[in-house]
Amino acid sequence: MAAVNPAIHQDTHDIHDHKPHGFLHRWLFTTNHKDIGTLYLVFSLAMFFVGGAFAMVIRAELFQPGMQLVQPEFFNEMTSMHGLVMIFGAIMPAFVGLANWMLPMMIGAPDMALPRMNNWSFWILPFAFLMLFSTMFMPGGGPQGGWTMYPPLALQGGMNVAFSIFSIHMMGISSIMGAINIIATILNMRAPGMDLLRMPVFVWSWLITAFLLIAVLPVLAGAVTMLLTDKYFGTSFFNAAGGGDPVMYQHIFWFFGHPEVYIMILPAFGIVSEVIPTFSRKPLFGYQAMVYALACIAFLSFIVWAHHMFTVGMPLGGNLFFMYGTMLIAIPTGVKIFNWVTTMWGGSLTFETPMLFACAFVILFSIGGFSGVSLALVPADFQYHDTFFVVAHFHYVLVTGAAFAIMAAVYYWLPKWSGHMYSEKWGKVHFWSSAISVNLLFFPQHFLGLAGMPRRIADYNVAFAEFNMISSIGGFWFGLTQIIFVGVIVHCVFFSRVRATGQVWEGSHGLEWTLPSPAPYHSFSEPPVITAGMLAHGDVSR
Amino acid sequence: MANPQPWDWNMPKGVSGISQRVYDLHMLGFYVCLGIGAVVFTIMFIAMFRFRKSRGAVAETWAHSTRLETVWTIIPILLLMMLAWPATRLLIDMNDVGDADLTVKVTGFQWRWHYDYVEYEKANTGVAFISSLAAESNRVRQLGSGLDPHSVKDEDYASYLLDVDNPLVLPVGVKIRFVITADDVNHAWWVPTLGWKQDAIPGIVNDAWTQIDEPGTYRGQCAELCGRDHAFMPIVIRALPKAEFEQWLASRKAGAASTAALVTGPGHRG
Amino acid sequence: MAQTQGAYYVPHGSHWPIFGSLGMLGTLGGAALWMDDFQIGKLVMAVGIALMIVMFIGWFHSVITESVAGKYNKQVDVSFRLGMIWFIFSEVMFFGAFFGALFYTRMLSIPWLGGMGHGGPTNEFLWPAFTAAWPSNGPDAIGGDFTVMSPWGIPLLNTLLLLSSGITLTIAHHALRVGHRARLLTFLGLTVVLGAIFLGFQVYEYYEAYHHYNLTLGSGIYGSTFFMLTGFHGAHVTLGAIMLCVIWARSAAGHFSRNDHFGFEAVAWYWHFVDVVWLGLFVFVYVL
Ligand code: HEA
Ligand code: HEA
Ligand code: CUA
Ligand SMILES: [Cu+2]
Repeated sequence: MAAVNPAIHQDTHDIHDHKPHGFLHRWLFTTNHKDIGTLYLVFSLAMFFVGGAFAMVIRAELFQPGMQLVQPEFFNEMTSMHGLVMIFGAIMPAFVGLANWMLPMMIGAPDMALPRMNNWSFWILPFAFLMLFSTMFMPGGGPQGGWTMYPPLALQGGMNVAFSIFSIHMMGISSIMGAINIIATILNMRAPGMDLLRMPVFVWSWLITAFLLIAVLPVLAGAVTMLLTDKYFGTSFFNAAGGGDPVMYQHIFWFFGHPEVYIMILPAFGIVSEVIPTFSRKPLFGYQAMVYALACIAFLSFIVWAHHMFTVGMPLGGNLFFMYGTMLIAIPTGVKIFNWVTTMWGGSLTFETPMLFACAFVILFSIGGFSGVSLALVPADFQYHDTFFVVAHFHYVLVTGAAFAIMAAVYYWLPKWSGHMYSEKWGKVHFWSSAISVNLLFFPQHFLGLAGMPRRIADYNVAFAEFNMISSIGGFWFGLTQIIFVGVIVHCVFFSRVRATGQVWEGSHGLEWTLPSPAPYHSFSEPPVITAGMLAHGDVSR
Repeated sequence: MANPQPWDWNMPKGVSGISQRVYDLHMLGFYVCLGIGAVVFTIMFIAMFRFRKSRGAVAETWAHSTRLETVWTIIPILLLMMLAWPATRLLIDMNDVGDADLTVKVTGFQWRWHYDYVEYEKANTGVAFISSLAAESNRVRQLGSGLDPHSVKDEDYASYLLDVDNPLVLPVGVKIRFVITADDVNHAWWVPTLGWKQDAIPGIVNDAWTQIDEPGTYRGQCAELCGRDHAFMPIVIRALPKAEFEQWLASRKAGAASTAALVTGPGHRG
Repeated sequence: MAQTQGAYYVPHGSHWPIFGSLGMLGTLGGAALWMDDFQIGKLVMAVGIALMIVMFIGWFHSVITESVAGKYNKQVDVSFRLGMIWFIFSEVMFFGAFFGALFYTRMLSIPWLGGMGHGGPTNEFLWPAFTAAWPSNGPDAIGGDFTVMSPWGIPLLNTLLLLSSGITLTIAHHALRVGHRARLLTFLGLTVVLGAIFLGFQVYEYYEAYHHYNLTLGSGIYGSTFFMLTGFHGAHVTLGAIMLCVIWARSAAGHFSRNDHFGFEAVAWYWHFVDVVWLGLFVFVYVL
C-alpha cells in the first residue's frame, strides 16, 4: 500500500519561493507547474465551449433539410473554426495542462524543467486564439476552407488567410515549447529510482507525444508558410502551372496531420492506463507491452499520412503502401485494448466516475478504431472519404476517445488538485447523460455517410433528414450535459466540504498519491525516496 | 437500390461490378470488426459484472502473460491479412483504366460540372456541356426561402439538391473512362452507385473508370469542400441502353456547334 | 540521471513571457495587416519586434544573472542542454518541410506534369507542350525565363566560408576549454566576420538574381524553393551571427569558465546546425 511518505510532505516549504500574492501576479507571471497546469485546463475548457458552440451552429443548421439559419459561407466558417478550436484549443491544451500538473508529481520532481518557458508556452495560446477569432469580425469572415486548409480554396479567403496562418504559427510555437519542456522534465527530473521502465504509463505516453509534437508541428508551420507565400508573395508551391502541385500541400499537411491525431490520443491511452488499474485494484497488465505499443504506434504514425488522400489520384503502389501501413496500427492499438480488458479481469472493480469514463473509452474508442480500419481499405475509402462516415469515425476517437479520457483524468485527479471530493452523484449523472447522448449524436452519422451524405455541406437531400435530426438532438443534449461537468468542477473546487485524503482512491499507487491533497505548491522539493510498492506498476523492471 | 432514401443506413450495392465488390469489401470489414468487437466487449462486460468489489471479488496480482500477448498479436494480423487481400485485388482492378470505349472529361468549377465527351469508339464527338443545380432546388435552398425541400421532385423521387439541369448521359454495358480535373479549386466527383469518388484537382488530371450494368438515374454530389456552394453542385447520371445513348449522342452532335461557345469558357486550357 | 546536488532552481514569477507573447502578437498581427495593405501594420509590427527584442534582452539578462550568481546546478544545466537539442531538432523538421517540397516537386510533380509515369493523362489533357526538366518554372513558365546560379561561384565560396566558420568556432571553443582568452575572442570574432561575409555574399547573390537573372520568388517552383530554402537559411545565419555576437561579449565579460559555458555551447550547436543545413542546400539546391 502506498503509505504517505512523511519525509516528503513536510518539506513543502521552499525557502526562496513562496506562493506569490496578488491575483494578477500569480496567474500572469507564474512559473509554477500547478498554476500553469490550471491555466491550461481552464483555457481548454473555455475553448471546448467555444468550439462546442460552433458545433451547435452546425448541428442546428443540419437539424432539417433546407437552409434555415446561416449562409453557407458562414456554415463553412463554423466547420473550419470548430475543427481548429477543438483540436488546437480544447484537446491539445487539456493534455498539456494535465502533463503540467501531473508529470512533476508522478516522477518526483519539484517542478517542470524549464519553468519560465513553461509560462510562455501557455501565454502564447490566448493571444493566438485572439488572433484567430479576430478573423471572424474581418471583412470576408474567418477561414472557410476546413481545418485542413487545402489550397487553392484556402487561398481564396480574404484577410483571414494571413491572420489565421500566423495564429497557427503561434499555436505551433507554443506546443513545441511545451513539448520541449515536457521531454526535458521527463528525461532530467526523475527522482532517483524512477527508471525509464518504471515510469507511470501516463508519463511514457507524454514522452512519446512530446517527441511527436516536436517532430511534426514545424512541418505544419512549413506547410502554412508556403500557403502564405503562395498567396502573398507569388510562389508556386501549390500551383501546377508553375510546376508545383496542390496535392503536395496535402502530403505535407498530413505528414503533420496524422501524427497529430495520435498526439491527441496517446496521452489519453496514458490516462486510461492509470485509471483502470486503480479501480481494478490490480496492476496494469503487460506494462512493457503497453510502453512498446505506444512507441510502435508513434513510429507507424509517420508512415501512414496519405490514408487521408486515397482519392487524390496517387499511383497504385502509393495507395497500397499507405493502406498496409495504416492497417498495421490496429495491432499495437489492439494490444492496448486487450491489456486494459485483461487488467480488469480478475480485479476487484468499483465504478467511480473516472472508471466509468475509462470503460466507456475502451468500448467507444474501439468502435472509432474499427471504422478507422474500414477507412484504411482503399477501395472502401473511395466510398467513405469526405462523408459523414469519416465524421463519425473521428468523433468516436476524439470525443469518446480523447475528450472522455480528459474527463476521466479530471475526475481522477481533481481531488488531488483541490483537496476536496467532487460530487460522485453528479459525476455519474454527467457520465451517463454524456455516454447516451454522444452515441445518439455520432452513431447515426455512420449511416448518413454510408447512405451518401458528404461532409462539410450546409444543406442536404431530404433522404438524410431523419438521422440528421436524431444526431442534432443528441448534439444539443450532449452539449447541455457538459454544463453539468462545469458545475461539478466548480462545486468541487469552491464549495465541496468533503476533504480528500492523500491517497484519494483505495487502489491508487504512484508518487502523486503520496503527496497530501491538495498537493503542496511545490511538489517534491527534495527527491522522494521510492519504496517498494509505491509505484503504480510494482517492480516492473524484471 | 440506387439513390438515397429515408432511413437508408448502409452503403448502396450500386450498379456496376466494381461497386458490388466495393460493397462486399465494406461488409467484410464490417463483419470482421463486428466479430472482434463482440468478443472483446463480451469479455469486458463479463469482467465488469463478475469482478466487482461489491460482489466480494478480491484482486489477483498477476500482470503478465507472454502467451496471451502473442496470441492477441497474431490473431489480428491474420484478420487484417484477410481484409488486405481482397482490398488489394479490387484496387488493382479499379486502377485499370485501359480499353475504354468512351472517354468523358469531367471538369469541376465553382460550382458546376463541365462534361466533355472526348472520345466514343475511337472517334471525337465534340459534345460538351455544363451541368448545374436544377432551378427548383436552387430556389428552395436559398436561406429563408420558406419553401419545403420535400416538395422538390424529379418524377417521384424527392430530388432536393440532387437534381441538375443537364444530366450526364452514359451508355450501359460500355467501359467508360473518366478523366477528371478542376479549374479553380479542388472538387471531387462522386456518384455512390458507381462505387468510388475521385478528386478533381486544378492542373492535374486523374482517371477512373466504370461500366454501368443497369439503365437508370444515378445521383451524387461534389465531395470535396470547394467553397460557398459546395453543397450545391450535384451530379446526375442518366444511364441509357447503348442504342439510345448513341441516338442521344447523335442528336447532341447536331447541336454541338451551339454548345461550343459554352465550352470554351473557363473549363478549357492547354 | 536525475541526481540532484542542492535544490533545483525554480525561478520566481517572470513578466517576460507574457511580454513576449504580446510582442509576438504585435509582430505577426502587424505583418498580417501589412500584407493585407494596411499601412498601420508596419507600425504594429515594429512595436511588436521592439517588444520581442526587449523581452529577449530582459529574459536573457535574468538567466545570465542567475547563472553568474551560481544558482544553476548540474541538473539545471542538463535541462538547458535538452531544451537546446530539441529546439534544434524542431528546426531540422522545419527545414524538412521545405526540403520535402523540393524533393517532391523535382522527383514527382514535375515529371508527372511532363507526362512521365503516373502523369500521362495530366500531360495529355492539360499540358501537352510541357516536358519535364529541372530547373523549371512549370508548364505556364510562371515568372518568365530565368537563369540559375552557377554553384561554382558565390555558392561554393559561401560553402567554404561557412565551413571555415565552423572550424574557427571549434578553435574558439578549444581555446575556451584550455583557458586561452585572447585566442577565444579572436577566433570567435573571426567566426562572426565569416558569417557576416557569407550574408553579404548572399545579399549580393539575391541582388544578381533579381536584377540580372530574372530569378525571383515568383519564378515558378524553382524560384519558390530556391528562395524559401536559401532565405530561411539566411535568416538563421543572421540569428546565429547575432547570438555569436552576444556570446563574444559574454566571453569578453568573462562569463564563461573552462568547464561551465553552456551559453557558448548552445550557440555553437546552433551554428553547426546552420552549417549542415547549408551543405544540404549546396548539394540539392545548387549542385544537383
Ligand atoms: C484521436 C484521433 C484519431 C485516432 C486515434 C484515429 C485512429 C485511426 N484512424 Fe483516423 N482520423 C482522425 C482521427 C483519429 N483517427 C481524424 C480527425 C480524421 C479526419 C481528418 C479530416 O479529414 O478532417 C481521421 C481520418 C482517418 C482516415 C481518412 C478517412 C478519409 O478521409 O477518407 C483514415 C483512413 O485510413 C483513418 C484511419 C484510422 C485508423 C486505421 C486508426 C487506428 O489507429 C485505429 C486503431 C484502433 C482499433 C482498430 C481498435 C482497437 C483494436 C482492436 C480491438 C484490435 C483488433 C482490431 C482489428 C484487427 C481490426 N482515419
Ligand atoms: C477535436 C475534437 C472535437 C470535438 C471534441 C468535437 C465535438 C463535436 N463536434 Fe466536431 N469536428 C472536429 C473535432 C471535434 N469535434 C473536427 C476536427 C472536425 C472537422 C472540421 C472540418 O471539416 O474541417 C469536426 C467536424 C464536425 C462536424 C461536421 C461538420 C461538417 O462536416 O460540416 C459536426 C457535425 O455534426 C461536428 C459536431 C460536433 C459536436 C456536436 C461536438 C460536441 O461533442 C460538442 C459538445 C460541446 C458543446 C456543445 C459545448 C458545451 C456546451 C455549451 C456551449 C452549452 C450550450 C449548449 C447548447 C446551446 C445545446 N463536428
Ligand atoms: Cu465542388 Cu465541392
Ligand atoms: Cu490519419
